Formats: sequence, C-alpha cells, structure tokens
Amino acid sequence: MSNVPADLKYTRSHEWIRTLADGTLEIGVTDHAQDALGDLVFVEVPEAGRTVKAGEACAVVESVKAASDVYAPVAGEVLAGNAQLAAQPDLVNSQPYGAGWLWRLKPAAGALAGVELLGAADYQKVLEAEAH
Amino acid sequence: MPQQEKVIFEYSTPGRGAEDQWPQDPGEAALADLPAQLRRAHPPQLPEVGELEAVRHFTRLSQLNFSIDTHFYPLGSCTMKYNPKACNQYAMLPQFLARHPLAPESSGQGFLECMHELQEMLKEVTGMRGVALSPMAGAHGEFAGVAMIRAYHRSRGDAARNEIIVPEAAHGTNPATATMCGCLVREIPVDAQGDVDLAALKAAVGPKTAGIMLTNPSTLGVFERHIAEVARIVHEAGGLLYYDGANLNAILGKVRPGDMGFDVIHMNLHKTFSTPHGGGGPGAGAVGVGERLLPFLPVPVVGRDGGGYRWLDESDLPQTIGRLSCFMGNAGVLLRAYIYMRLLGREGMRRVGEFATLNANYLLRRLTEAGFDAAYPQRRASHEFILTLKRQARDLNVTAMDFAKRLLDYGFHAPTTYFPLLVPECLLIEPTETESRETLDAFVTAMSQILKEASEEPGRVTSAPHTMPVRRLDDVRAARQLDLTWKPTAPS
Repeated sequence: MSNVPADLKYTRSHEWIRTLADGTLEIGVTDHAQDALGDLVFVEVPEAGRTVKAGEACAVVESVKAASDVYAPVAGEVLAGNAQLAAQPDLVNSQPYGAGWLWRLKPAAGALAGVELLGAADYQKVLEAEAH
Repeated sequence: MPQQEKVIFEYSTPGRGAEDQWPQDPGEAALADLPAQLRRAHPPQLPEVGELEAVRHFTRLSQLNFSIDTHFYPLGSCTMKYNPKACNQYAMLPQFLARHPLAPESSGQGFLECMHELQEMLKEVTGMRGVALSPMAGAHGEFAGVAMIRAYHRSRGDAARNEIIVPEAAHGTNPATATMCGCLVREIPVDAQGDVDLAALKAAVGPKTAGIMLTNPSTLGVFERHIAEVARIVHEAGGLLYYDGANLNAILGKVRPGDMGFDVIHMNLHKTFSTPHGGGGPGAGAVGVGERLLPFLPVPVVGRDGGGYRWLDESDLPQTIGRLSCFMGNAGVLLRAYIYMRLLGREGMRRVGEFATLNANYLLRRLTEAGFDAAYPQRRASHEFILTLKRQARDLNVTAMDFAKRLLDYGFHAPTTYFPLLVPECLLIEPTETESRETLDAFVTAMSQILKEASEEPGRVTSAPHTMPVRRLDDVRAARQLDLTWKPTAPS
C-alpha cells in the first residue's frame, strides 16, 4: 500500500500540497504516482516567477514508460522549481514527499478558497477506487 | 543462442582492405575548386576490414533482427502486416528505379498514371474528395491535415479558431501535431466503455474550436460508436473533423471516414497499405480531404489533362498550404502501396478489414480464456485489443514489461507495452490479417506458458530475456545517461 501522509492535502490527479510556515505551498507527486510511473528519467519543473492557473500543466515527469504532466492545484506564482531534480530525477521516486518536491507556489489571493483539495483519508479512497 | 555482434571498428586491422576496389584518386586538378579550409587534413578513420569480414558482419547484424519476415510482430497501433514480395518486385523495375524526379512529364506518363490511380483508389476507399501523396510519414500527414484546417479557417476570416480537441483515446501524436501547428490542445475524456464523453465534448466546443482529432477505431481498440453525433456537435460549432489513419486497417472496405463526417484524413501507407516500416523510414503519409479543404491540398498532386497526366502546382491550387517535401514524396513507397492495392482490389480490401478484426477477436477470446484480463471486456475488439496485467503485477509482482521481455525468448516480438497510458500495465496487441490461426495459437501457448512461469517461477520472467544476445537492458540508465557514440578503447 502506498504511503499517504496525514498532514498533506491531495488532488485526484495525484499531486500533494504542503502548506509551509509562511503560507506558501510546496507541491509534488504522491508515492502512488511515482510508483505507477516507475523510475523517472527526466523531470521538468516550472521557472520562478511564472504565474499559473489552477489546473494548468506546470511540470513534466517522465519515466521509461510514460511522460505525464503535473498540474497546479491552485492558482498563484511559482517561487521556485526544485533544481536538484535535473540531475537527480530519482529523488521523486525515493523521497516523493521530501527532497523530491517539484515546485513552491505563492497562492493568488483567495485562490485556496476556490479549490477542493482532498484530505489524506479521502485521497486514500481515490486510490482504493482506482485499484478496482 | 545468437551472439552479440561486435562494432565493425573492433574488427579493424591496419592496412587491411580491398585497395584495388577503391575509387580512383581524382588528382589535385579535380580538387582545385574545393577551398583549402573545407579539405580534410587527415583521411577519415574508417574501419579496415576485408570484403568477407564486412559481408559477414552485416549479415550477422541482419540475422539479429526481429522482422515480419522472421517473426510474428503483434505491435499494437503499428499494423505490422506482411509486405507481399510482389509489391517490392514491381516497384524495383528499372524503369521506375531509374526515373529522375525532374524528368519531363512527357517521359514519365506511366509513373504519373500509377500515382493518379493511387490517388483515385485512396479517395474511393476513404470516401474523400481529394488526395495528396507528398507527406513523407504519418506525423507529416498529420501536420499537413491540421495546417489545412487552419488555412481553411483563415480563408474565412475566422483565424481565432486555434483550439484542437483531442480525446484521451486519440493517437499519441495528435497533441504534438496540434501544438506544432500553433494550436492549443483541449483534452476530453472517454467514458468507461471507451467512447468519447459527449457531455465533455459539448462543453469543450465553441467559437475557438478549430477541429477535433480522432482515430476510429480508437487507440483503445474499440470503434467509436457516437461518431455521427461527434461529427454533428463539432460541425455545428464551426470546427472540422480530422481522422488519424493509424487504425484504418480495421475498417478498410467496410466503413469510410468520409461517410462518418470527417473532413480530412492522413493514411499511413506503411501500415494499412503494406509498405515496409519499422526501420525509421522511408514512409508515406498521404492526406485525403473533403469538399471544404480541396483548395488547400499540399502540392504537387497529379492531375489529368485530356489524355495525359501532369503535376498540379501552386498555379493550379493558389490556396495550397504549399510543398512539404522534395519533389512529390517517397516514390518507391507510393509505388509499393499502389501495387498492393491493385493486387487486392476492392473485394480484397474488404477482406483485410474483416480478417484483421477476426484475428484480433479470436486472439482476445483465447487469451481471456487463458486467464488474461481484457481492458474493455464488454466491447468487441477492432483490429487490436488491450490486455491489462494489473492483476498479475499486483498478485505476482510480474509486470507487462516482464511478459514482453519473456515473449522474445519464445520467438515473438513483444506487443506494444504501456500504451495507451489510460490503461495500467497494458499490452496493446494487433495480430493483423496476414497471420495464420496456427501462429495465433502458438502466441496464446507462449502467453499461457509465461503466465504459468509467473506464478511458479517468477524470477524466470522478471529476469528475461535469457536467449537474446543481450539480457535485460537497464533502460533507466540508458535514458538518464544517453551515449550513442562508440569510442575506441586505447590499445593496451
């Protein structure tokens, strides 16, 4: 069973969202997503300063099986992409919730109120539904 | 067991070679026109081997190939059917081979007639109004098709239409083509039965819609049952319908894209019309259009004037999207497709669609009886179908890729793996109409045997292949540290 930390928020498209102390967000793909993709060989992260809409494709994770877009869960401004992933895409596989984060985002004013993010229990249900 | 073949440089011995067969030294005078900075300072470092060594090296390499002529090749979405030798033989007639593309039309009437008939046959079998043969491959044909859609909207002063709708069951190249042509891609979902989600389509169309790109049957190996409704929705919104010909083999002679409402189509002649492929080209991606796009066809196309044939160019089609290739496309490939179609005839083409579908459904039924899961069990297969090995991956820890690698040991080229992306742990299997029942049965036996191994002796499957010149390759490392250049090791 894949790891779903209780303190994070999730999307149905398998992104996780961590709220940092200063109110900015850290975003990555879940343990389930990295496992389904297999060993990553290439990760493209957004550049700092880019303004993104909710649902906009922001990053690309590519394995030997497939290339997938990763979507912005909420609108805002990209503060940083994880530069380490260019040389070490496997960090997304080994530490999806840690060193394998993809980008940090400053949410637009009121943006968080308008989107529905899942708690750990609800995301777990999404995974169970997909397994059948 | 076949041995891995060394790189030819590794056979090199200084001074060895067939010097008498080298081209004559042209002499200094012949080189006088070459500026000094463009001349080589040193001769190229070519391998130095005898003729026999060179012949053996390349013969051994050719024997390591999996090809249609040697193996069953059920690579889904690729239509790896047998290429009848007669097509090759006639296309290699010296009168065709030696014809120069700049030769005057008057001396190439026979060739032009063949190309004209090919255009006419392709129009007839697809239900379109015009055909151009110049695109060099499927993706090139797609580019031509979407470029024509854009040209059509621009010619009507409707240039704001820049969105191409692509269902998630569409062919993988479609979003790339739309992007190449400067359009934005809007992806829409398919429902649990594999049909386009009509509510999502209705919500997606509007004044920005340039068109929709679909293949039918779709990449899920099922026929899009709502196609008439899809055409109505897109046309009413002012968009056009693009048919990706990747899966034309399934419906050849049975249903025509033109009759389904499509405005433009590309045909992978190297799939459906049996010209050689799998080696990276040359290919042919002819395009067909309905009434609305006729003025925009790429040039040249072959026209008929009185009793003769001639190239139609920009002066005949002033609104053309232009030229897409040198001359008129890959003549040798087009000739092979022409001969194939002449050999089949109208009746034969209907049998292609029927037997391709029959073979796929037979194989699907036998594999599900052998314990495999169909991705769309409630649907009849088209010319191809998808198995999902999700259950085997979960229960036995043996993946679709492991099955694919183990199939090589059993003498079968693997099906397409992990495509389409919608279906987890999938194998996309397309037997084509040219395989016998005995071959299909042998494939089922191999798959059943691998399934048995997966539960009794999984290591045998997960470490496959065992009988190939190379074992399981580290594809992750190959992708991360791509190195395509052979470098000599320093002599010890």
